[in-house]
Amino acid sequence: MRFIRRGALPGAALVLALVAPAALGQGSTVDEIAKYRAALQDGNPAELWEARGEDLWKQKRGPKNAALERCDLGLGAGVVKGAYAQLPKYFADADRVMDLETRIVWCMVTLQGYTEADAKKGPFGGPDRKSDMEAYVAYVTSESRGIKMNVALRHPKEEEAYRLGEKMFYFRGGTHDFACATCHGEDAKRIRLQDLPNLTQTAGAQKAYTTWPAYRVSQGELRTFQWRLNDCFRQQRFPELVFASEASIALTTFLAKNANGAAFDAPAIKR
Amino acid sequence: MRFRYLTWALTAALAAPAILIGCATAPSDAEVAAKATAVLKASFMEQGQAKLDRLVQDDTQKTCSEYAGKAPPKDIAERIEKANLAAIKWPADGKLVGDWKNGERIAQEGRGMQYSDDPKGPVGANCYACHRLAPQEVSYGTIGPSLYQFGKVRGYTDDMRKYAYGKVYNAEAYSACSNMPRFGHKGILSEQQVKDVVALLMDPDSPVNK
Repeated sequence: MRFIRRGALPGAALVLALVAPAALGQGSTVDEIAKYRAALQDGNPAELWEARGEDLWKQKRGPKNAALERCDLGLGAGVVKGAYAQLPKYFADADRVMDLETRIVWCMVTLQGYTEADAKKGPFGGPDRKSDMEAYVAYVTSESRGIKMNVALRHPKEEEAYRLGEKMFYFRGGTHDFACATCHGEDAKRIRLQDLPNLTQTAGAQKAYTTWPAYRVSQGELRTFQWRLNDCFRQQRFPELVFASEASIALTTFLAKNANGAAFDAPAIKR
Repeated sequence: MRFRYLTWALTAALAAPAILIGCATAPSDAEVAAKATAVLKASFMEQGQAKLDRLVQDDTQKTCSEYAGKAPPKDIAERIEKANLAAIKWPADGKLVGDWKNGERIAQEGRGMQYSDDPKGPVGANCYACHRLAPQEVSYGTIGPSLYQFGKVRGYTDDMRKYAYGKVYNAEAYSACSNMPRFGHKGILSEQQVKDVVALLMDPDSPVNK
């Protein structure tokens, strides 16, 4: 219980309710959690975010009263289908590598006339405030469901982002000497009862990356990959990862590329 | 067949200059590492108790990062272990073993040092996140080895108490580039808290040794 932090209590209570009668040992506990996860798959509230995101995507908004429908996510202006499965990528108009969230910010600025600061405001929703960004991401990613991950690294800046992301993955720091690799560098490890994907291996990276974004039952929110990285670094005891920062894009490039070949399968649902 | 050969030859002829350009412009591993560090520092903001100085690496962190999850060569490992061993502050009163009940609380406590945590505490070691300890706790992780019956198996000796204290205080003194935090060295736990965790491992009355 104590290890599950910040807002995770409803989910933790559910897990415990299932675990308590069956606390015969480790094996049965893990089995029960697997059953709980399987039960979650029946109906995913992420659909609400997808629908809201699609609606917002097509609305005329911002100082220029324009819709994001003409946003070029890498497959041409207005093409959403399959776009997420080949992100992050290099965009010539911005002359840099962008992940989905960064590209949406770019389109909000160039098409809708928002300031960059306004476009980056409130990327993660909370109990009293829904995030438009999470809705946009839910909609766009849902349009890549079933499509194979294909992050190409054709441009030198894409190659550079990948190499930077790899270095960052192994960067130890903070009070606890943690790197991403501390928890995600070996097969079949757990924190408490939480299975940890090995993100340095194809199978682990594929399984993890293709199931974000996800509706988090314990938080009642749809969480994006930017949020996933942000919250990992919080637990690493690092300062706060800036939304859509260069490091976040580099790490995403590293992890997305490692997931190549697997069919994208999100927005998912997780405890 | 001839056609395929021609295709190969053409591909090779076209690829050769590209490879040369690639070699000429691709940055070295050290250059990428230096840039990654700089980009990281520009990509974080201080939040709560987590200031940007947490991204400033000491020699151990920097060196271990370079080996990217693999064990460093023997001479490097020895350098890291020697420096960390020399940095251990042993208790002035000579007592290494505290109260195992407090140790169990510290081993269970996951809070501490995150920017979302109260800077006034509590701060735990969250041992169960990675280790099996007392058998009553079934929610344990597997990043570290099982420590169940730690003292019972190894013997309740002075040497083992000293090792347990040193290991909890600074794991890098015994195993270079270990995944385990340096709880005493980095000021995560107080001297008394380290002693209490040692008691959880080394007191014959601790549930760990039952």
